[in-house]
Amino acid sequence: MVDADLERSRTNAVAEPEPNRMYRRRTGRAVAGVAGGLADHLGVPVLWVRIAFALLSALGGAGVMAYGLLWIFAAQAPADAPPPTVGSRERQQAFGLMALGIGLTIGAGTLSGTVNGWVAASVGVALVGAALVWREADQSRRRRVRGAVFGSGGRSATFRVLGGALLVATGIVSFLVSSIGLGQVQFALLAVVAALVGVAVLTVPWWLRMVRDLGDERRARIRTEERAEIAAHLHDSVLQTLALIQKQADAPREVLRLARGQERQLRNWLYGPAGYGRGQVDAPAAMGGSLAEVVARASGEVEDTFAIKVQQVVVGDCELDEKLTALVMAAREAMVNAAKHAGVAEVSVYAEVEAEKVTVFVRDRGKGFDPDAVPEDRHGLADSIRGRMERHGGEIKLRTAPGEGTEVQLHMPRARVAT
Amino acid sequence: MSEQAETPTEKRPVRVYLVDDHSMFRAGVRAELDTLTDDIEVVGEAGTVGEAVAGIAHLRPDVVLLDVHMPDGGGAEVLRQSRKPHPEVVFLALSVSDAAEDVIAVIRAGARGYVTKTISSQELVTAVLRVSEGDAVFSPRLAGFVLDAFADRPGAAPISDPELDLLTPRERDVLRLLARGYAYKEIASELFISVKTVETHVSSVLRKTQLSNRYELSRWASDRRLV
Repeated sequence: MVDADLERSRTNAVAEPEPNRMYRRRTGRAVAGVAGGLADHLGVPVLWVRIAFALLSALGGAGVMAYGLLWIFAAQAPADAPPPTVGSRERQQAFGLMALGIGLTIGAGTLSGTVNGWVAASVGVALVGAALVWREADQSRRRRVRGAVFGSGGRSATFRVLGGALLVATGIVSFLVSSIGLGQVQFALLAVVAALVGVAVLTVPWWLRMVRDLGDERRARIRTEERAEIAAHLHDSVLQTLALIQKQADAPREVLRLARGQERQLRNWLYGPAGYGRGQVDAPAAMGGSLAEVVARASGEVEDTFAIKVQQVVVGDCELDEKLTALVMAAREAMVNAAKHAGVAEVSVYAEVEAEKVTVFVRDRGKGFDPDAVPEDRHGLADSIRGRMERHGGEIKLRTAPGEGTEVQLHMPRARVAT
Repeated sequence: MSEQAETPTEKRPVRVYLVDDHSMFRAGVRAELDTLTDDIEVVGEAGTVGEAVAGIAHLRPDVVLLDVHMPDGGGAEVLRQSRKPHPEVVFLALSVSDAAEDVIAVIRAGARGYVTKTISSQELVTAVLRVSEGDAVFSPRLAGFVLDAFADRPGAAPISDPELDLLTPRERDVLRLLARGYAYKEIASELFISVKTVETHVSSVLRKTQLSNRYELSRWASDRRLV
């Protein structure tokens, strides 16, 4: 229950989704997800919203304007929002209505005489270009790379952005050419370029600072996330165990079992092959369930089940195959036997990987027994260990005597010599 | 050890200095050592590297029980600052960490042994007395690491100094038994040698671990910037 609380407070801290806020759709969108988002927000079919935008476009381009403004001011839906299902028919409808809206804008503008067709067409071209660039910005924002317009979308993204920019430029130039003379356009262009260069030069320090701040911000965010992860881990594991230990204080065996289990878990988290304290470099090699890991896991299970300490040391390591799996199973059985019958608090396990064989020793300093006096109906050693080993071509040696502890030695030849 | 316990008056107790940044753990070890034996006297404790270096210089203990993980460089830093001015002080590393680089790093920085904090009180007493006599103390885990480091893998780096870079078969046998959880006495009877000989082998292995340039050892140590 505490876990659930924590879970909740953590998600709240990260992203608080206000219920009455409009988001643009992330998937299933035709242009920028504005219509979809608005439809989700108002609870009406997306088709109506699109028709409304298209029709509004006839009123002096109000629909296009509204769409653009909503695009700018409404944020994209959070990444984990459930994606709405969109059929190809709806997509076609959307594109049809979009064309209709643009056509209406231009057509109505031309008819009403406020703008002539030339101007309207150039405005339309500029708008399409702007839409291309903005869409790409949305995409790269989604990819969360550097926040730049280009993002990491590769060459096609670059082409799209450049194409968009080209369209915008064409639209503006053709608009200028239509309304003022060509000579003035040259002058105007020069002036604009000069002004842009001037602005760029003047704002260099500001850009630099923004890039740096962005880096700082990202580092801070990573640190915060890291801290939250550690806190969550400590909470889930250590604090819980400490609470359990306090409750079980009058049951020493149980306390020991909890403490051992927690220690092993934390140790694995800190120093294990894929653990927190390891660099990323070592992790992949050890992911495949190697002998060392499986021995560690088997020891841990025996520790947990029987509330004893299993001191395990593995020298060398190798991939697990069928024979070695049998070896580990046999070793586990030997540990279980020691835990059950030896009457000790500690069992030592030692595994050594050599070029041609793998050896495992399971040893306790407990009661020991007389191997010849084991009743016929006790099959643990006979079947699980000896049988398993011999079926796979291994061998087992047993050293024990009453009062002198027990040592099970398991030898298994390796299938192929490692190169 | 039992002979010493019977005649504590003949021999002055081993003076032990505790270095650990957890005061709770220091208190626990102190209580254990005080109640369990008269052969060991805890003369002081420190919670930081600076305190430890000053305390060791002032008190000149016989044995320093050294935590590996502490702020400001940890046990290795204490070793680096205290070993040269006080070569007679013996260090026994005591840590919760089982990571190879931690273990090998403190050994190569000069500790005479390494035991984990989950060691039983009686074993800790034995370990302290043993290092105070100049012997080395290997936990099974450390024995495993050293065997691993000296393993003859195909493709391993060429041996530059056979005297330091190779273990003798006997040393290997002793280490294997240590890793299997055998006590020195048990190793001695297993290999038909005396406990003293076992100690000699272990000390020799310790020396090789500290001085050898084998790739694994220097890699583990360099992970802690200790070469």
